[in-house]
Amino acid sequence: MNLPNPAPVPAPESVTPPPPGPPAQAEIDREIAELHRAYQRDRAGGAPARHHPPRDFTPYRSSALRHPTRPPVAVTGDPEAVELHGPVFGVTDVTDLDADLTRHHAGEPLGERITVTGRLLDSRGRPVRGQLVEVWQANASGRYAHLRDQHPAPLDPHFTGVGRCLTAEDGTYSFTTVKPGAYPWRNHTNAWRPAHIHFSLFGTAFTQRLVTQMYFPGDPLFRHDPILSAVTDAAARERLVAAYDHDLSSPEWSLGYRWDIVLDGPAATWIEEGR
Amino acid sequence: MSTTPALPPTPSQTVGPFFGYALPFTGGSDLAPPGHPDTITLHGRVLDGAGEPVPDALLEFWQAGPDGSLSGAPGSLRRDPVTGAVLGRDGVEFTGFARIAVDADGHYALRTLAPGGAPYVSVCVFARGLMHHLFTRAYLRDDPDDALLAAVDPERRHTLLAPEEPGRHRTHRFDIRLQGGEETVFLEFG
Repeated sequence: MNLPNPAPVPAPESVTPPPPGPPAQAEIDREIAELHRAYQRDRAGGAPARHHPPRDFTPYRSSALRHPTRPPVAVTGDPEAVELHGPVFGVTDVTDLDADLTRHHAGEPLGERITVTGRLLDSRGRPVRGQLVEVWQANASGRYAHLRDQHPAPLDPHFTGVGRCLTAEDGTYSFTTVKPGAYPWRNHTNAWRPAHIHFSLFGTAFTQRLVTQMYFPGDPLFRHDPILSAVTDAAARERLVAAYDHDLSSPEWSLGYRWDIVLDGPAATWIEEGR
Repeated sequence: MSTTPALPPTPSQTVGPFFGYALPFTGGSDLAPPGHPDTITLHGRVLDGAGEPVPDALLEFWQAGPDGSLSGAPGSLRRDPVTGAVLGRDGVEFTGFARIAVDADGHYALRTLAPGGAPYVSVCVFARGLMHHLFTRAYLRDDPDDALLAAVDPERRHTLLAPEEPGRHRTHRFDIRLQGGEETVFLEFG
């Protein structure tokens, strides 16, 4: 077969490896899938359920130099441990408007108004009463009111995105806010965080301290997100997703989401009851 | 103990990079009443596995009062009900709780009163990149009778000690190394 003489071509680029750059989403997805399969194999082999994410979750690149490589030292059986008690908060630590993030400025923020409510419980299902709950979040466009967030989405002059409340006698907390937007980050190429609200929680003991994120049901970004996916147990991941609850929605006003929070860790009261 | 089956816990997630306008509060590092003559400083840096400062860590401290009390007191974030601004602690009650966002060099400085009873301040570390907080303890003095200091690997025991710095009055140094050869001893509570 006669072929025309090929034009001279430059040396193929594959001779030298491509410069290192951020990984593609597909590569992150592969790493996540492999780590989830490994967890499932461990479970099938009798390993206990892992409720919290491992601190060395490679797909979340920032974890690389920030996780200890040695196992934590267990402090058990010390009823005098200071951590079995914890900070307390009261009426002076919050103001009446703190729990309504839509009323912190002169005007109403843009976005879908929502209420988020639920109960704060210890691992035996008992309410954690009178404790501080703090939240922070991006605005409806996916932008934080933080100097270092340079995502080119608009800031909202009527929304800061910070709230606080104390839990009620039955452990209930409640916030009025707007639904946060998804936003890009630089973990890998085309990385987007699913919409979420950050939560900070205290129990009766410092050991119960928890900082976490609440997600919204049905978000298509879940499976691409290395932060949510760092929770390798599927049932545990589900516990980070709020439920849409139509009974919590207010006519002509807001949509309602319910999310209960269960704290881990021992407290001094448990020891007393065990005596 | 009750036989009620334990509810599975809500998983931890990272504090992320954008907590700075939400969690730190004015006076968060000033646990000692202003001008208290017994005030001590506990300070140091948070370092990563390459020995570089972690500029976006958040530290929380919990400790007994100078009288050994572990009941704490409300008012760490005491607010002005008119403006919503943080007023700071009232200088009377010792709340036992402090919160500090480290500076651009990974440095923090806590002003407090030495705890009565057990000679340590409990420290909880949050950071971007850290999926689950870390607990450690800063021992303001060595205590051979302390259960943890007695149990921990002798090679790593010094990472829990926050000795007074030579030539610096009432100033204790406690660096937190998240990873590496000199990695700080971190704790779990079963």
